[in-house]
Amino acid sequence: MTAALSVSQLSFSYPDGHAALSDVNITIETGQRVAVLGPNGAGKTTLALHLNGVKTADTGTICVGDTTLSDGTVGEIRRRVGLVFQDSNDQLFMPTVGEDVAFGPANLGLKGSDLDGRVAEALHAVGATDLEDRAPHHLSGGERRRAAIAGVLAMRPDILVLDEPTSGLDPAGRRELISLLQELPITQIVITHDLPMALELCDRAIIMDAGEVVADGATSKILQNSELLSQHRLELPFGFDPATLRT
Amino acid sequence: MHAPDGFLNAATAVTTGAISAGTISAALRQARTSLQDKQVPLAGLAAAFIFAAQMFNFPVAAGTTGHLLGGALAAILLGPSVGAIVVTIVVIVQAIAFADGGLTALGYNIFNMAIVTAFGGWAAYRILRRVLPNSAAGVVAASGLAAGTSVILSSMAFSVEWLFGATAPVPFDTVFGAMVGVHLLIGVGEGVITGMAVGAVLASRPDLVYGAQDLSKDQLANRKPISTRTFLIGGIGVALLFAVVISQFAGTSPDGLERVAEDTGFAASAQGSAVADTLFSGYATEGIGNETISLAVAGASGAIITALVGYGLISAVRLRRPKVPA
Amino acid sequence: MGAGHAHALFVHEHSKIHHLAPEAKLAAGFVFVVAVAITPREAIWAFVIYWATLLAVIRIAKLRFGFVAARLSVIVPFVLFAVFLPFIASGEKVEVVGIPMSPDGLWAAWNVLAKASIGASVSIILAATTELPDIIRGMERLKVPAVMTSIASFMIRYLELIAGELGRMRVAMTSRGYDPRWLWQAKPIAASAGAMFVRSYERGERVYDAMLSRGYTGAMPDLGHRRAGRKDWLTVVAMPAVGITVALTAIGFT
Repeated sequence: MTAALSVSQLSFSYPDGHAALSDVNITIETGQRVAVLGPNGAGKTTLALHLNGVKTADTGTICVGDTTLSDGTVGEIRRRVGLVFQDSNDQLFMPTVGEDVAFGPANLGLKGSDLDGRVAEALHAVGATDLEDRAPHHLSGGERRRAAIAGVLAMRPDILVLDEPTSGLDPAGRRELISLLQELPITQIVITHDLPMALELCDRAIIMDAGEVVADGATSKILQNSELLSQHRLELPFGFDPATLRT
Repeated sequence: MHAPDGFLNAATAVTTGAISAGTISAALRQARTSLQDKQVPLAGLAAAFIFAAQMFNFPVAAGTTGHLLGGALAAILLGPSVGAIVVTIVVIVQAIAFADGGLTALGYNIFNMAIVTAFGGWAAYRILRRVLPNSAAGVVAASGLAAGTSVILSSMAFSVEWLFGATAPVPFDTVFGAMVGVHLLIGVGEGVITGMAVGAVLASRPDLVYGAQDLSKDQLANRKPISTRTFLIGGIGVALLFAVVISQFAGTSPDGLERVAEDTGFAASAQGSAVADTLFSGYATEGIGNETISLAVAGASGAIITALVGYGLISAVRLRRPKVPA
Repeated sequence: MGAGHAHALFVHEHSKIHHLAPEAKLAAGFVFVVAVAITPREAIWAFVIYWATLLAVIRIAKLRFGFVAARLSVIVPFVLFAVFLPFIASGEKVEVVGIPMSPDGLWAAWNVLAKASIGASVSIILAATTELPDIIRGMERLKVPAVMTSIASFMIRYLELIAGELGRMRVAMTSRGYDPRWLWQAKPIAASAGAMFVRSYERGERVYDAMLSRGYTGAMPDLGHRRAGRKDWLTVVAMPAVGITVALTAIGFT
């Protein structure tokens, strides 16, 4: 069975020479939820931007399902890989939530009642139907996050890549988001500093540091390896013991 | 200034409207080449920045505050075409959505506040860069002086428009003197703030300063500051340049000048040149102290503005990148 | 000059004017203001009709007269200019309550006041009955280049965010005792403006990445908003019709 996502030997350096990604290899199966952990500056966001072709690698390949990323397939890849940005304000750029959610499907060619239906479907999936006519700068952080996810879901992607989805959310907002992600039957890559969420949501975790993949395995195993964690500037929250929780 | 409806006559409104529309169309084409697909989000965010920056005040003296116009700043940071477009959009939205400036006054409001400041300021910047050292300090000094110049140019442009389209019996020289005089002070504030703001951007992201793209890494790293004395000399030099050019026209030989003025149709003398009657607002020429001098000043102002804006438009496409070492 | 624009003028009501398509309102308002601008100032009767028309529109739009009057403070500098005109204007003077004034100046003052107040009122009514994104959409339907209206949309979307960030920077500076009174003390303000520009630009790049991620290929998609129909145009035509008729009549008589 073809993997949902296959990244092989991905390398990328910035114009000033700084190597952001070095020989990254990751394979993700359909339906998996994978946490991507690591210190700031490890290249996690850069990796995310490569997965849908916004940034182009120096070497290596990316395959989404059976389609390899190239100039000719980038449009299709962007539909299949939905990216939820770290700052929701960056991707809620239309005057109202409804128009923003419509942006993606409209670019895919949907019009009229088809477009309206797709927007309603996406808003319903995240429980944000009442936000449709609201302006993004009047929303709370949690509402913005859900609206942003709706905008991505409206493209009906195969894979959802979320960059620090719980940052800036209050505990209730965080709980709503985790519940939402648990209910979405879609392959997910979750970049996060929120280790408890990583454990709760994702069976598998990858640690990245300095552009390389330094660990890849079961989340609970990785989180119980305190030496590994501290080597890469990670630390469990006070009183949180993964060993005593369900594996 | 955001002039209201009916402040200048219909002919002036229509003429400046046409000039503004044409210039912005050209700027849009140029901007497309330089920004390509990124034009909309980048210019949009820049416009939001300029709009927000105009809202905030900076101290001038003894607690009184001033506000930034930002045309020259926009041109130096984004390039003159994008800069002009950005400020134009700010002016239009201010008129339609905030009632600041009349809808029928958009022609001259856009011309004075966006086109003259961005392109004229850019032209002044390019000229100043030629005589100032090729370093970060040189860019900062040129930015500051160019921004101050842009404000004065803007007030001169308004005064010239007043000559053609005044609706009140206030003579051209009164308007010119008052407008330019006041804006000399405003220009100092705008110049200082612009220079320092460009310096701040240059320090963290020099690649975002369009007007400094010709500097190499070494030239940027040259932290040698321009002495205050040099800066003052530069500022006085700019002021002198204006005075000298204008006074060349309003020279000491009125006879020769009169002949020049008559030849070019400027003299609205008792003979009543047909051209002058239709072109100039009777109001602005009525009661002028010395007609020929005043009209010559107007002519000089118009010439300076046209020359600088024209130069700004042309040089908008010709900024060369530094040669990257192999 | 550019101060105090943070408060958009929109007033949330449900009136006939509020529900009109934006391009109809914009076109009608613009034609009306053009008519006012070309009306000879001596035709005082014309301006009375214009004001009456405005009052009627304000009433239909369910706006308060005080609201519009308060927002007219925008034209105060030009009111002052107009007030001084009869005194500084050239030309022969006549005595009015013992003070020499120029009749030309008085007429000019009236001209400025009348046209500025009517023009500004139209903009205020327009802004109060039309949400800002709709105004932009109206402009696009009236053939303002799509590039410019798209840029304007983004500007409006991010204005509050950027103004807010600038405001927070100022608070942070004041909290550390910064209290500048003179121009040469303004370096931190200019530096914060420079930093703000860099952040705005970088956000612009991220927004572009977000647009690419959802299929943007260079042109904003059409999201199918309601366009002005015959009903909209028939409703708005009254105002410009009054304007044009009155203006042409006034010009004809002069």
